[in-house]
Amino acid sequence: MNELLLKVENLHAGIDGKEILKGINLTVNRGEVHAIMGPNGSGKSTLSGVLAGNPAYTVTEGTVDFHGLNLLDLLPEDRSHEGLFLSFQYPVEIPGVSMVNFMRAAVNAKRKYFNEEPLSATEFLKLMRQKRAIVELDNKLASRSVNEGFSGGEKKRNEIFQMAVLEPQLSILDETDSGLDIDALRIVAGGVNKLKTERNATIVITHYQRLLDYIKPDFVHVLYKGRIVRTGGPELALELEERGYDWIKEEVDRQL
Amino acid sequence: MNSKHQYIDLYRTNAEAIDSGSAPALNRLRPQAAAALEATDFPVRGAEGYERTDVNAMFGPDYGVNIHRLDIPADIAASWRCDVPNMSTLLGVVANDAFIPSASLESRLPEGVIFTSLRRAALEYPELVANAYGSTAPLTDSMVALNTMLAQDGVFIRIPRGCRMSRPLQLVNIFSAPTPMLAPRRVLVVMEEGSEAQLLVCDHTQDCNRSYLSSEVVEIIMGENARLDYYCIEESSAMTSRHSQLFARQESGSVLMVNSSTLTAGNTRNDFTVTVNGKGCDTRLSGMVIASDGMHVDNSVNMLHLAPKCHSDQLFKYVAGGKASCAFQGRILVSEEAPFTDAYQTCRSVLASPEARMHAKPQLEIYNDEVKCSHGATTGQLDADALFYMRTRGIPEAEARTMLMQAFMADVIETVRMDGLRDRLRHLVEKRFAGKDASCSECHASCRERHTDPNND
Repeated sequence: MNELLLKVENLHAGIDGKEILKGINLTVNRGEVHAIMGPNGSGKSTLSGVLAGNPAYTVTEGTVDFHGLNLLDLLPEDRSHEGLFLSFQYPVEIPGVSMVNFMRAAVNAKRKYFNEEPLSATEFLKLMRQKRAIVELDNKLASRSVNEGFSGGEKKRNEIFQMAVLEPQLSILDETDSGLDIDALRIVAGGVNKLKTERNATIVITHYQRLLDYIKPDFVHVLYKGRIVRTGGPELALELEERGYDWIKEEVDRQL
Repeated sequence: MNSKHQYIDLYRTNAEAIDSGSAPALNRLRPQAAAALEATDFPVRGAEGYERTDVNAMFGPDYGVNIHRLDIPADIAASWRCDVPNMSTLLGVVANDAFIPSASLESRLPEGVIFTSLRRAALEYPELVANAYGSTAPLTDSMVALNTMLAQDGVFIRIPRGCRMSRPLQLVNIFSAPTPMLAPRRVLVVMEEGSEAQLLVCDHTQDCNRSYLSSEVVEIIMGENARLDYYCIEESSAMTSRHSQLFARQESGSVLMVNSSTLTAGNTRNDFTVTVNGKGCDTRLSGMVIASDGMHVDNSVNMLHLAPKCHSDQLFKYVAGGKASCAFQGRILVSEEAPFTDAYQTCRSVLASPEARMHAKPQLEIYNDEVKCSHGATTGQLDADALFYMRTRGIPEAEARTMLMQAFMADVIETVRMDGLRDRLRHLVEKRFAGKDASCSECHASCRERHTDPNND
C-alpha cells in the first residue's frame, strides 16, 4: 500500500495578479480519503480549481505530480482522462446541451484518448443506466440540458453520477455538501462511498464536519491564508466543529 | 460616384428588351422605378441603418444582367439535394432569376393555388398581379426601385381564401452562370383571407469560384386571419453577395413567422419590414447567423405596429468567428394608433474569435402609453465557466466550443415549426460548427463534386 497518487509541493497560485495559494504541500496515496477544511477565503476552491486546470488561475511556483505525470503541464481535458475529477461546488448550467450528449462526448473523448473505439449506442445507454442507479438519478434528467432546472440536490447527485461514469483515480469534491438537505447528503455520500476502492483516492473540501460523518476521512487538513497550517486525523474535524477556526487562526497569525 | 448609375444606364438603353422579356403588369412600374432611382442614391456606408454594409461596393462591380432571357444551363437536378428528409415539398427552382417548376408541379397544387413564374402569372392573371405587385415594397427605397426597374421574372404565389396547404412550398434559388451575374429576384406572395401555408426558401451558389449578386425583393400580403411560415436558409459561397428585402403587410388576425438562417455566404444584407395594419396580429421574426472567415452578414428589421392589440417577437442570434463582420438593426415602431401592443426583441451574439466584429443596434420608437415592449442586445464570448466544466469532464476544448455554439443556437432552431426542417437545421448547424462546409459536402456544392466526378451521384 501507500502507493503515491498525488504530490503537491510548494504550490503558489493566484488570480489577476493576487496570490491566493502560498506554498501548498499535500501528499495523497491511493486508497486514502483526505478532508480539506478551512474558513472562507482560505483558498480551498482555488486549490481545487488549480488542480483541475482552471485557466482563470495562474500557477507561479511549485510542482504537482499525479501518478508520475506533471499535472500542471496537462490540459484540463487530459487531466480528466488521466483520472482527475472535480465535483463542482456550483455545477455549471449549460442550456442547450443535453445531459446525454454531454456524457456521450465525455465518455467517448476519454476512449479516444486511450485509442479505444467509441461506445455503441446500446453500450452507452447500458453504462448510463448502471451509473445512474448509484446516486438514484432520475432518467428524466438525461434529456434535459446539463444542470438546467436541476434542484440543488439533483445537481450534486449529477456530479457524483459523472464521477461514477468517468471512474477517476482522484476525486476532488468541492463543497459537495453545500445546498444539500440531509436525505440528498446521504445519497451523495453513499454514492461516493460505493465508488471508493483501494486504488483511488478522494479529497473532500468542506466547511463543516457534517459531511465527514458520511465520508470518513483518513486525514484532515486545515487550509488558512493559502497554506495547510495543520494536519491531523478525523478527530481534528470534530475539534474544529466544536471550537471553530478562530483558535487556529490566532495561532497562525501569531506565528506570522 | 454612386453605383446606381450603371444600372440606370442599362435600363435606359435596353428598356425595350427588358419589357419584352417580361409582362405588362411588371413593366408598368419600370419607368417610375427608374425615375425614383434617379432621385435617390443607394445608401452610403455609415448612413443610418447602413453602418456596416456598403451597398455601393456590393453593386459596384460590373455584373451581367440577363435582360435578353438567355437560357443559361443550370444543374437543376442538384436542387434535389436540398431535399429535407421526411418532408415532401412542392418545389420550384429559380435559376439565377428564372423560375423553373418541378415536374408536374401545377397538377399537384390544390385547387386555386398558384405557384408559378411571376412573368407567367402577370400574363395569365394580370389584375391579380398588378394589384399586389409593388403594393408593399415602396419605390422610395432605392434598392426596391433598382429591383423593380430590372426584375423581369420571379415567383408568384397565391393561396386562395380559406385554403390550408398541407404540404409546404419550397423555392430553391440557384446561382449558376458562366460569368459574374446580377440576378434581380422578385417574389410575390398573396395569402388570401384565412389561408395557411408554409414556404421554405433555400439560397445556393453552384459555382463557388464565380461572383454573383442577388437583388431580391419579397412582398408578402397577409389577408385577414391568414397564416404563413416563411423560412429562408442561405448556403451560398464566399463570392456571392445578397441584398434581400422582405416587405410584409398584415391584415387583422393574421399570423406571420419569418425565420432566416445564414449558414454560409459572402456579403449578405437582409431587410425585414413588417407593417401590421390590422388588429390582433401575431408576428415572429427570428434569425440565425453563423459567420466565419471573411463573411459579412447584416440583418435589419423594421417592425411597424400601426394597429392595436398585436404581438410581435424578434429573436436573432449570431456566432461570428474568423474575421467575420456582422450587424443587426432592429427597430420596433409602435404608432399612436397601436395601443395594447406587445413587442419584444432580442439579439444575442457570440464572438468566437478576436477579429470577429458585431454591431448591434436595437431601437424602440413608441408613440402611445398602452404598450409592453422590450429589447435586449448582448454580445459576448462563450461562457468560460461552461467551457471549463466541460473540459474537466474530458471534452476537448474545440469540441466543447462547438457544442456550446450549437447550444447557443438551439432556441432559434426551436422556433421552426416544421419538424423535418428543425431536424435538418440542427444537422446543418452541427456540420457547420464542426468546420464542415454544410452546403458543399451535403447539399449543394456536391454539385461541384459532381462536376469532377460525374459517377458519384
